[in-house]
Amino acid sequence: MTTFVARARIAIGALLLLAIIGIDPAFAQGLAPDGAPNPTASAVNEQTLLQQAPSIQGRIDIPDTKSSVLIQPVGRKWDYFHEVTLHWTGAVVILGMIAVLAIAYLIMGPVRISAGRSGRKVRRFSAFERFAHWLTAGSFVVLGLTGLNITFGKKLLLPLIGPDAFSSMSQAAKVAHNFISFAFVIGLVLIVAMWIKDNIPRKVDVDWLKQGGGFIKSKHAPAGRFNAGEKAVFWLALGAGIAIAVSGYLLLFPFYGTNIAGMQIAQIVHAIVAVLFVALIIAHIYIGTLGMEGAFEAMGRGEVDLNWAKEHHDQWLAEELAKEQRAHPPGQASATPAE
Amino acid sequence: MARMKFLCDADRCIDCNACVTACKNENEVPWGINRRRVVTINDGKPGERSVSMACMHCTDAPCAAVCPVECIFPTEDGIVLHSKDQCIGCGYCFYACPFGAPQYPRIGNFGSRGKMDKCTYCAGGGGPEAPGSAAEFAKYGSNRFGEGKLPLCAEMCSTKSLLAGDGDVIAEIYKTRVEKRGFGSGAWGWTTAYQEDIEVSSGGSEL
Repeated sequence: MTTFVARARIAIGALLLLAIIGIDPAFAQGLAPDGAPNPTASAVNEQTLLQQAPSIQGRIDIPDTKSSVLIQPVGRKWDYFHEVTLHWTGAVVILGMIAVLAIAYLIMGPVRISAGRSGRKVRRFSAFERFAHWLTAGSFVVLGLTGLNITFGKKLLLPLIGPDAFSSMSQAAKVAHNFISFAFVIGLVLIVAMWIKDNIPRKVDVDWLKQGGGFIKSKHAPAGRFNAGEKAVFWLALGAGIAIAVSGYLLLFPFYGTNIAGMQIAQIVHAIVAVLFVALIIAHIYIGTLGMEGAFEAMGRGEVDLNWAKEHHDQWLAEELAKEQRAHPPGQASATPAE
Repeated sequence: MARMKFLCDADRCIDCNACVTACKNENEVPWGINRRRVVTINDGKPGERSVSMACMHCTDAPCAAVCPVECIFPTEDGIVLHSKDQCIGCGYCFYACPFGAPQYPRIGNFGSRGKMDKCTYCAGGGGPEAPGSAAEFAKYGSNRFGEGKLPLCAEMCSTKSLLAGDGDVIAEIYKTRVEKRGFGSGAWGWTTAYQEDIEVSSGGSEL
């Protein structure tokens, strides 16, 4: 009797064990054709890992821990962005802006001072304001051209001047791009500090926009020191400037707060914003030079014609004249009295 | 025409780092730069695998495509070489590379990068230097390939995990191994680098 119970126990135990083995798939498949344990049953696999995360990372013996990323196939997507998307977007946006401005110039011509020049000058920008503007503008032009060279140089310039000359030039352009960026940021900070109070949107900007910004010749839209168009340039330049500076400095300091994927994103942001920024500034240059009579003097010599100010910045002119009145009331001698 | 490739049989790699050391020694790679490295996936867990990785000498290499001065190019054997004379150290190849191969000596302030350095398949450089010359060695390292030899990392791999040579030949070796032993965790990086995988008829269910 006892032997029967013991045998039954062993039989049940054996059956249970077999059942467990049968259920466990890892164990079931864990044998190679020759009966040896199959190490692949639990091996990591590239495709599975890439489905779980965009890159495969592990442990590395050398001190350079950032090289512990084994495979990151997204580099091929960034390659496509850089070689196809960016080339087309950049060309369309920048050439498109130039085409639009050329058509505007041919159809409308420059915006003239309709009352003609008065001969009287009004001070518009101080020497320091002009310095800050030209610091930003000069560095922007260098940054823009050197940046475009990195993207378009190999298509446009390389075939013309040959690989060795192009490489030497691009090397210098890269150094210039990296270091002149600091001048641009300083200029941008100065511009924002000086002009932010005059660029806060006001009710008059709505009227300016309703009247088509003074581009309808019969009318002159009302505006303070900066009109709504200039305010738009200010805020867009500030936003683009921040985006481009942050993404640029992330690229200038590799692996500080970024990894390769982060730097790919930073480069995409940097390139897209840069292309839009260049288009914006091309429009800004057009309206400040060819597009409008008497506009360049404001940033050139710092003084504008009274009639230009009347037509484009009537409210600002009224304030300036009022200030002048207070400083030198009519009838009083222009010389300050001795104390 | 041979098409040179690397293949790391991760089921054989024992993370000994001899390939890393051999590469550094053979090419006298400067401090801070490792043209080859071994990464261990799932370290300490079941199914752990080590993979030796360097430049895979990709088909349609993304580094070559994005280079703004077009100094990276494939040779007729499919080896991706570059000219350090033309390289401007912009870092674009390093953003594009799926394998973290391009590296730069740090030469100055901020992130200013020197000339890019990467695995040359022990085939010298892509510059004007004469193959096998001292000038070429100083800039790019060894030119074993010009002497009819394969990269030293693969040549001295103690478990013959790392294979170098014509892609079809090493794929065949790997296929035979997988069929014979009945398992294989796959040709790591091949889909990304060469846009192809190695088909194994039996055994390697994980492929």
